[in-house]
Order: sequence, then structure tokens, then C-alpha cells
Amino acid sequence: MIETDNLSKQFGQTLAVDRLTLHIDEGEVFGFLGPNGAGKTTTVRMLTSLIAPTSGSAVVNGFRVGQEDINIRRSIGILTETPGMYDNLSAQFNLEIYARLCEVKDVKGQIEKYLRMLGLWERRDDEAGTFSKGMKQKLAIARALLHEPKILFLDEPTAGLDPEASRLVRDFIAELGTEGRTIVLCTHNLDEADHLCNRIGVFKTQLLVVDTPERLRRQLFGRKVVFHLSSADPGFVKVVAALPIVRDCKAVDNKLIVQLDDPESHNPEIIRALVGAGANIQFVGELRHSLEDVYLQLVKNA
Amino acid sequence: MPDINKIRIIIRKEWAEVFKNRMVIFSVLFMPLLFTAIPLIFLYTMRGTGPADMAGELPSQFSQMCRPGLSGGDCFKVYMVSQFILLYMMIPLIIPVNIAAYSIVGEKTTRSLEPLLATPITTAELLIGKNLAAVIPAVLATWLGFGLFAAGASLLVENQLLLLSFLDSMWLLAIFLVGPLLAVLSVNFSIMVSSRVNDPRVAEQMSAIVIVPVLALFFGQISGFILLDSRLVLIMAAVVLLIDALMVYLAVRLFQRETILTRWK
Repeated sequence: MIETDNLSKQFGQTLAVDRLTLHIDEGEVFGFLGPNGAGKTTTVRMLTSLIAPTSGSAVVNGFRVGQEDINIRRSIGILTETPGMYDNLSAQFNLEIYARLCEVKDVKGQIEKYLRMLGLWERRDDEAGTFSKGMKQKLAIARALLHEPKILFLDEPTAGLDPEASRLVRDFIAELGTEGRTIVLCTHNLDEADHLCNRIGVFKTQLLVVDTPERLRRQLFGRKVVFHLSSADPGFVKVVAALPIVRDCKAVDNKLIVQLDDPESHNPEIIRALVGAGANIQFVGELRHSLEDVYLQLVKNA
Repeated sequence: MPDINKIRIIIRKEWAEVFKNRMVIFSVLFMPLLFTAIPLIFLYTMRGTGPADMAGELPSQFSQMCRPGLSGGDCFKVYMVSQFILLYMMIPLIIPVNIAAYSIVGEKTTRSLEPLLATPITTAELLIGKNLAAVIPAVLATWLGFGLFAAGASLLVENQLLLLSFLDSMWLLAIFLVGPLLAVLSVNFSIMVSSRVNDPRVAEQMSAIVIVPVLALFFGQISGFILLDSRLVLIMAAVVLLIDALMVYLAVRLFQRETILTRWK
């Protein structure tokens, strides 16, 4: 659905994107992560044919960037970092402008569909300038969807929103993801990326890594299981560490943190060993590193 | 080929937005009415033949151009009213400045250009839409103002020869040919200025520089230094056409997606 080959962009002396080679499948929710100035927005702008690459190539929905730009723009929807609504115009007219520019057949029907879906139908005649930030963001999402694009680019969709509005927007994006659309999400909210994205790409001018959040966690931190015990005994650590399946084991308060390759297969063996050594196990759970840990580790290594 | 429907929706959007601004409404309505009222009031107060020796105080070149058969008083009326008709040339310059300044700078400050540019609209369609949205009201206001003046003058002036002096080919060329050309110049100049500033008022003030040549013409004619005739108006039209071509070329270069997104601050 999206394919780039050594895609680069240079502004004067500044290299904004350096030889990006990437493939995003149809129906995938892909997250672009990276620090400010990493080239995420520039990449999105190249893929939406708003700016031309300096070198390399990209194909979006079967259309070549720089050669079939109008067709690309017909098949994509974009939510820019700021909603960019016309504040003096009604919500409905704001959408009508875009629906007509995007050659929507049933303009009224599509506007009603998305305004209702996002809970803005009752406010359709109000000027967009009277809307809260969250409502404007929802209106901008509706605008991006009016022509039912196959690919959706969302740049910081929940930035600056209160928790309730963020949740609403996030749930809506999750719903869109289930409809088979390809979604490219640029975000600094790593929790959001973790929840929504099938795969993430971490940028710092160059693409550092692409994978699923889960696989990246495992690659960087391995898999760790926490055994909560009623009381800690230094002997328990020795018992567990002696097992060949265990990569590492340490005690923290009343917990044993054990690094394993395959917890699903190995946990029962460890439980048996601990019970045999007289341990009283209260809970067993996986120690899950946050995507933030993964991201910081990757950016630090870069 | 540009898509007319897309151009039309851009014009609709522009008008819906800019005509909510009182400054724009004021300039579109007030100026033509003012420039129409002044010469008509002058003609009303100067009804009758007027002093015959006044013609002697006119710039000599102008006296030579005074139509045969007109009295000195009528020549004076032609001279005075001509100055006011020249002011109509300022309407197609000032109105587009107001509209384009609010339209372009407004888009920049609300950051609405990026989503707009991400739609399947071509740069040409967008630029034509924005141009027409500013040029059409300016040209219509100029023509309407001149039309009202012509109607008023025909009621106030009994001497047909005098009336023909106000509505001769020179003024018709100036209003109906040079006027639209000046509007195109003004809007494209405003686009260039607006791309560099973030306050519509600053854009307006800077763009207002385009009225300087018309003011120069106005003062040149009052002083008798320049005397407009059809030949000079046609030369003016040709010069403005050339400047328009240059302005459109520069505006198109400036109005590229990448330039707007990466260089317009």
C-alpha cells in the first residue's frame, strides 16, 4: 500500500529524511515515532505529495509520488498537526468545501454520516471557531474521512486534548483500523502508539527500526516474569537461577524477577521449583516494559 | 484543464470567509459609493453653465483637449469630474488588497492551507480561485460605481456633449479594460506580500503600495503634467498587462505547495 525506496529530503544543508526504505501493508496501522525534528512530518508530507523528495522514490496506493500526485491525494486523507478549520464558517460548510474538493458524490450524506458518527451533528450550523479543541479535532478527522480514503495519515491526533477527548479520538482511530484502512500515525504519545499500531517505525532522520511493539520489547529487554512471594528467601534465587531455562534471576523486595525466552512453556517448571523449595507464590505476571522504555533505548543507542 | 467546480468552491469559501470581515465589506461598498457621490454632488452643485472664464485657469494642455462646442464652465466640469473618475481606478487596486490579505494571511494563521493543499486540487485551480475571489468583487464594484455615476450624470447633465465627455472611449477603456488588469496586478502583488507576513493589516498596508502609480497619475493630471487620452490609456493597459504577466508568474512560483509549507512563515 505504501512503499518507499531510499526516500530522502534535504532542505538546504539540512538532511531531514535520510534514505527511508519502508513497506506498509494494506490495512496496517503503522506508527511513526521519533523526537521533534526527526523527519516524521516531512515523511508524511512527501507521502501525501505535498512536498517532493530530493531523491529516492515512493509509491502510495499504487501511485508514484511526483508523477501521480493528484491520484495520491484522491486516495489519502490527512489529519494535520493543527486542525486548520475555517473558524468563521459552520462545521457543515467546512466539510462541504473539502467534500467538493475531494470529488465526493453524496456530499450531504457523507457529511451527515461523519458528523453523526463523531457526535457533532447537532452543532453542524455552529461556526467551527466556537468549538473546543477536541471538537475541532473530531471535525478535522471527519474532514479527512469524507471521501472514504484508503490511506489515512494522522499527525498527532490527540495532541493537546483532554483525557476524555483523547480517549474518544483514540477509540475512533481503533475503529477505523478495524475497517481495513491503512493508517499512518505520527505521535509522541507512545502509549497511544502501543495500543493502536500493528507496527512502529522509530525515526531519527534515518529509520532506526521497524517492527511490532511486542517484538521490539523482546529484542531489547527480553521477556521477564515476576513471581510475587509472601516472603523472600535468598535460597529461592539460587534455586531458580540454577534452572537451565533461566537467563537471569534477581530478587526485589518480595518479588523474583526472572528472564526467560519462553515464559508460556517455562513458567510451570519454575513454579514447581519454587513450591518445592518452600516458596509461597501469591501472583505470577509478566514484567512488561513500556513502549517508552523501548523508544528511549532505541533513540539513545542511535 | 482546471476544474471549474473546484474553482467555484474556492471562490464560495473565500467570499463566505472574507465578507464576514467588516473592513472588506466597508472597502467593497463604501469606496465605490464615495467615488460616485463626490462627482455627482459636484455636478449637482455646479448645475447651469458656470463661469465662462474658469476655463482659462485650467492647465493649457487640458484646455486644448476640451471638446469643441463646450463652454468654459463645461470644460471646467469635465476637468474636475475627470479627476474623480480617475479615482475609480483605485477601487480595483484597493479591494483585492483587502480580500487577498485576509484570505492568504488568514489561511496562514489558522494553518488551513496544509489540509487544503492535501486535497486533489491543483495549484492553478487554487490560485485561480483565490484570484477570482478577489478580482470579481473589485471589478464589479468599479463597474457598478461607474454605472451609478453614468446614470446620475445623465440625470444631472443636460448638455449631451458634456455627458459624452464623461463617458467617452478613454474612460470606458480605463474602467472596463485597465480596471480588471489593475485588479489582477493588485491581487497577485498581495499574494506575494501576504506570503511574507503574518498579520493581515501589515499585508494590507504593504500591499497598498500598488495604488502609488494611480495616485501619481491623479496628481499628474491635476497639475496638468499628464493628460490622459485614449492612446495613453491603451499604453497603460499594455504596460499593466505586462506587469500582470510578471506578477502572475511570480505568484505562481510562490504558490507552490512546497514553498507554502516550508518557506511561508
